[in-house]
Amino acid sequence: MPGLEDLYREIILDHYKSPRNRGSLEPPAVRSEGHNPLCGDEIEVFLIVKDGIVDEIKIGGQGCSISQSSASMMSAAVKGKPVEQARALIHRFKHMMSIDEGGEEPDTSAPLGDLEALQGVVKFPVRIKCAVLSWNTLAEALDIAAE
Amino acid sequence: MSFDVQRVRADFPVLAEIINDKPLVYLDSANTSQKPNSVIDAMTQFMQHGYAPTNRSAYQLAADATDKFEGARAKVAAFINAPKVHEIIYTKNATEALNLIVRSWGTANLSAGDAVVLTHMEHHANIVPWQMLAAERGFTIRWVPLTSDGLLDLSNLDTLLDGAKAFSFTAMSNVLGTINPTAELCAAAHKAGAIAIVDACQAVPHMPTDVQAWDADFVTFSSHKMVGPSGLGILWGRESLLDAMPPFLGGGNMISDVKLEGFTYAELPAKFEAGTQPVIEAIGLGAAVDYLTAIGMDNVRAHEQDITVLALNSLNDRFGSDITIHGSTDAALRGATISFAYRDVHPHDISQVLDQNNVCVRAGHHCAKPLMRLLGANATVRASFYLYNTPSDVTALCDALSEAGDFFTL
Repeated sequence: MPGLEDLYREIILDHYKSPRNRGSLEPPAVRSEGHNPLCGDEIEVFLIVKDGIVDEIKIGGQGCSISQSSASMMSAAVKGKPVEQARALIHRFKHMMSIDEGGEEPDTSAPLGDLEALQGVVKFPVRIKCAVLSWNTLAEALDIAAE
Repeated sequence: MSFDVQRVRADFPVLAEIINDKPLVYLDSANTSQKPNSVIDAMTQFMQHGYAPTNRSAYQLAADATDKFEGARAKVAAFINAPKVHEIIYTKNATEALNLIVRSWGTANLSAGDAVVLTHMEHHANIVPWQMLAAERGFTIRWVPLTSDGLLDLSNLDTLLDGAKAFSFTAMSNVLGTINPTAELCAAAHKAGAIAIVDACQAVPHMPTDVQAWDADFVTFSSHKMVGPSGLGILWGRESLLDAMPPFLGGGNMISDVKLEGFTYAELPAKFEAGTQPVIEAIGLGAAVDYLTAIGMDNVRAHEQDITVLALNSLNDRFGSDITIHGSTDAALRGATISFAYRDVHPHDISQVLDQNNVCVRAGHHCAKPLMRLLGANATVRASFYLYNTPSDVTALCDALSEAGDFFTL
């Protein structure tokens, strides 16, 4: 049986205790909201896309250590990156969480950085939804920003 | 008969399971209960030796199956002291039973300008069906608020009930454990001219139930929370009300006659039992009722009260100000369902650490989001005890919680 240390890696707890890009943004920033109906976790993603770049991102809401740290790492990973790169990362992350969305196999050549630590979540299937919540919410925010 | 929890435990095979070298500590019975051998055997025996359609075929096997199916209905009726056996309606689950009331009684009786009274501690099953019909019919929903210790605040009940047509409330909160004064609430509803609907999902499995002493009009509960199988709920209703209501689902079994021009419906209970029924599950519930009756519901309640006192004291003694227990601290006013917050550790993370010790609790909103908002929490940890839980289960909970605290010290 996988142990707690497989799930709660130190870097995850660090992001949980000191979340990056925490806060909110006023319009014209776009906002999207994600809910995990099973546990009541809520994530808000605030986003400003400028010239095809994720110029600013803030994370609100509340949830467990996995959903919060995943959101924190995600915000750090996509901030300042081109939208296409952010979308590719969403695809890659969900693939790592064993969520098959079809489409091409993600390019896994670039290092994942802190996000690598969330790999252990796959061994705890119940928690995959926690880890993926913020990524789905980001995808929605990117869609809104593209409208 | 004296109550021996170890003998009770021996009846539930799953409680002897060892997972990852550790015994199972099952504290999620408010969610769903475990099953004793007598229930498992009754269902298996029926499938091996007696399974056949009910209420339609003329051969011996079918007649015997029908007798067993109807016999289970009689057992359920006796268990809650229903005046008439045909007032017991089998449904898919308690949620469907509540939907049946709302769709059938509600559609016939509620329109714009009417009011229905619910409480702030209801399960979604006793909220959403009303909201769905209210959106169609335009009646209003009023809410009985709560006191700070998780009891219903009845100070304005008469005002809330004034002009209302129905008062639908839980007999025991699935989050706070609060046991509501059901007979008093039914009387208040009747005084205002409203019918009284009791969601008894958390009450029927845990304490003696007498629908006549409550003087309720409808009572709903589920088989799976009272050591019976899943897939079966019960609606009890007053015959006069059930007779006056239109059918809920249409199809086979619920009709008296069908012509091209239309149909006439069957007598109770078939009127509300469209299609092939959960026959095997009903046999299982009958065995569950026999099991609980043999133990004695007074004994079940007394045991759970002891466990509640022990759990409340142990959690407070060991964790002091680190733990916030929601609901009443008085075991006489509550059942053995205990929701709590522990420091700032998220309930999901607590349940993960508890799971490493095979301590099974629910972490989440418990299908009661309006109540959770009132508590100011997205989620709580809920440990719920039943007749098979022991003092050592309480210790296991506290030990695992202590481990969670160490792990997540912020």
